[in-house]
Amino acid sequence: MKKIYQRVFALALAAVMLLGLLAGCSSQPAKTEAKETGSGEIVIALITNTTGEYAQYGIPVHNAALLYFNKINEAGGINGKQLKILEYDDKADGVESVNAFNLASDNGVTAVLGSVLTGATIALADATYEVNMPQITASATAAGVTLIDPGKEDSEVRTNVFRSCFIDPFQGEKMARYAVEKLGAETAAVFYQTGSDYSEGVMRAFVETAAEVGLAIVDTEAFADGDKDFKAQMTNIAAKNPDVVFAPIYYSEAGLAITAARQAGCTAPFMGGDGFSSVKDYASAEDLEGTVYCSGYAPGTDSVKQFEEDYRAAYGEDVPNMFAPLAYDAAMILVEGLKGAEAKGLAPASEEYKQAVIDTIKAMNGVAGVTGSYSFDESNNPIKSAAIIQLTGGEEIFKEMF
Amino acid sequence: MSLFFSQFLNGLQTGSVYALVALGYSMVYGIILLLNFAHGDIIMVGAYAAFYSMTAFHLHPLLSVVLAVAASTLLGVVIEKVAYTPLRQAPRLSLLITAIGVSFLLENGAQLLFGSETKSMSPIVTGNVSLGSMSISKVALLTIAVTVAAMAILTFLVQRTKLGKAMRAVSEDMGAAQLMGISLNKTISFTFAVGSALAGIGSVLYLCAYTQASPTMGSMLGLKAFVAAVLGGIGSIPGAMIGGFAIGLLEALCSAVNLSVWKDGVVFAILILVLLVKPTGIMGRSQAEKV
Repeated sequence: MKKIYQRVFALALAAVMLLGLLAGCSSQPAKTEAKETGSGEIVIALITNTTGEYAQYGIPVHNAALLYFNKINEAGGINGKQLKILEYDDKADGVESVNAFNLASDNGVTAVLGSVLTGATIALADATYEVNMPQITASATAAGVTLIDPGKEDSEVRTNVFRSCFIDPFQGEKMARYAVEKLGAETAAVFYQTGSDYSEGVMRAFVETAAEVGLAIVDTEAFADGDKDFKAQMTNIAAKNPDVVFAPIYYSEAGLAITAARQAGCTAPFMGGDGFSSVKDYASAEDLEGTVYCSGYAPGTDSVKQFEEDYRAAYGEDVPNMFAPLAYDAAMILVEGLKGAEAKGLAPASEEYKQAVIDTIKAMNGVAGVTGSYSFDESNNPIKSAAIIQLTGGEEIFKEMF
Repeated sequence: MSLFFSQFLNGLQTGSVYALVALGYSMVYGIILLLNFAHGDIIMVGAYAAFYSMTAFHLHPLLSVVLAVAASTLLGVVIEKVAYTPLRQAPRLSLLITAIGVSFLLENGAQLLFGSETKSMSPIVTGNVSLGSMSISKVALLTIAVTVAAMAILTFLVQRTKLGKAMRAVSEDMGAAQLMGISLNKTISFTFAVGSALAGIGSVLYLCAYTQASPTMGSMLGLKAFVAAVLGGIGSIPGAMIGGFAIGLLEALCSAVNLSVWKDGVVFAILILVLLVKPTGIMGRSQAEKV
């Protein structure tokens, strides 16, 4: 009997020990299993306008962002997970961007890079804000991208939306100060596009700052989308003979406006925002001489050299404008955010993961990109300085930081 | 005063291009009662022809102009032969829809072929002429001069030549003209050729003034020229000339009084007004519909 007791006891002991051993192991395999389901890929939507009228902005954004994402993938991805990029063309149309986002949502998207023009980006931001989807734009500069009601002082912030470029009011402000401090202007004429968030936003900030710094606005002219004929407006401006003409418009219209102004006998230098980027191809060198604009990127400086070489190697052409490096930075910022979420061991596309991406970006403090270092203010706008580019002999040449 | 004169010149310059395009609309309508909505896009093709012959093939500007006009003319005739001739007996609505289809085909075809972005070139004509205290751009003077010359040649062609006579006859009564031994096909093709050639001239003048070509450049231009043709009295050649200049001057006037944003609205309001008040336009004759 005793022997049996001993045997049962021994068996029970062995069973307990075995159980203990199993229990000790059990947490380990469970963990590796969780990792296995989580690895694989992180889905990012890249929404840009690669066709249509403003494709000149969209294509560089698309190419440069892909360049960065591919670099990350070649280096082994984030936390062993590859980035899967869903590419969409929204033709700079807000409806198309939202459609693209809905499509991406059906495919388990975790973060969005896009859109390119202000109007489409705001439409997209409305959609991403509803589901707290991390979004970053490389180029949409209107205050209304990150603020729901930019007209109000204490507007609600779209906490999920970031950008790598600076904002419209910032450009208008900078250029009004630049006109007075560096160009010695006393009078200015303003020429803007109605119905364009970008143009009206920069224009308003310019006019407000002009009043502060004692720059008199002698004439305000405007045009509607699709207009090509600016002779009549330029004749009016020429008659007022201002010291500078501030035109917060895009390159192709800017080229037409400057050509028309010179034909109307207006010799004042033109000033613009970052929409002037690549204007050199849209008017003669002679007419453009002395034109200045502010930009988020100064070509050829040390910090962008490596990027410029990589871009040339990948796409067989030079970096066309500042949207490429800004998109490269936007992709970098997004990847930083993803790394933050991965570090917490969350599963991609989950609510917590998205929030972690947003929190990581928001808390960035001087992370270096190719166009400058990034921190974000309370409205999710980057804190950085502007490069002033001047047209000299038909080339866009970096003049100074301002 | 000098500001007024400058704006007047601006209006004449814009109006010149409108008038040249409006002539094409009016002539084609006059002869086969077709609103050729593809006409604006012929300008676009002409502009691309001029653009490429100057930038890609580095041809002399004058030769490029000839090429652009030739390309426009050829395109106009080809469109007529391929798209409109087979439908000559079909209801007029079918023709109109075909015209819109051709317009879309040209615009999207151009996007496919040349890319969707705006193409820009260095100005062909530069510099200003000083006249007292005013400076007038050479482009404006050239545009107005070329337009007036083109109109003079057209008037001569229509009034004094045999083909012109045939055109007027077909326009008046197609059946009777045919009975009198006038070749219908030849005359209609000729009308399209002349209208498209004028559009070609317009495209070069447009390129001189704006130095940019884009696939959709013809659509708004075409619509405004259409309004000009209706204002002048569609079907009437002098009417199209007057209408074109009137629309150009009106636009300049809008901008001069700081209403440039409303420019397009005003132009289309004119269209509505003309159709409501005097559908025959300034120079049009009212015709009793034969029943």
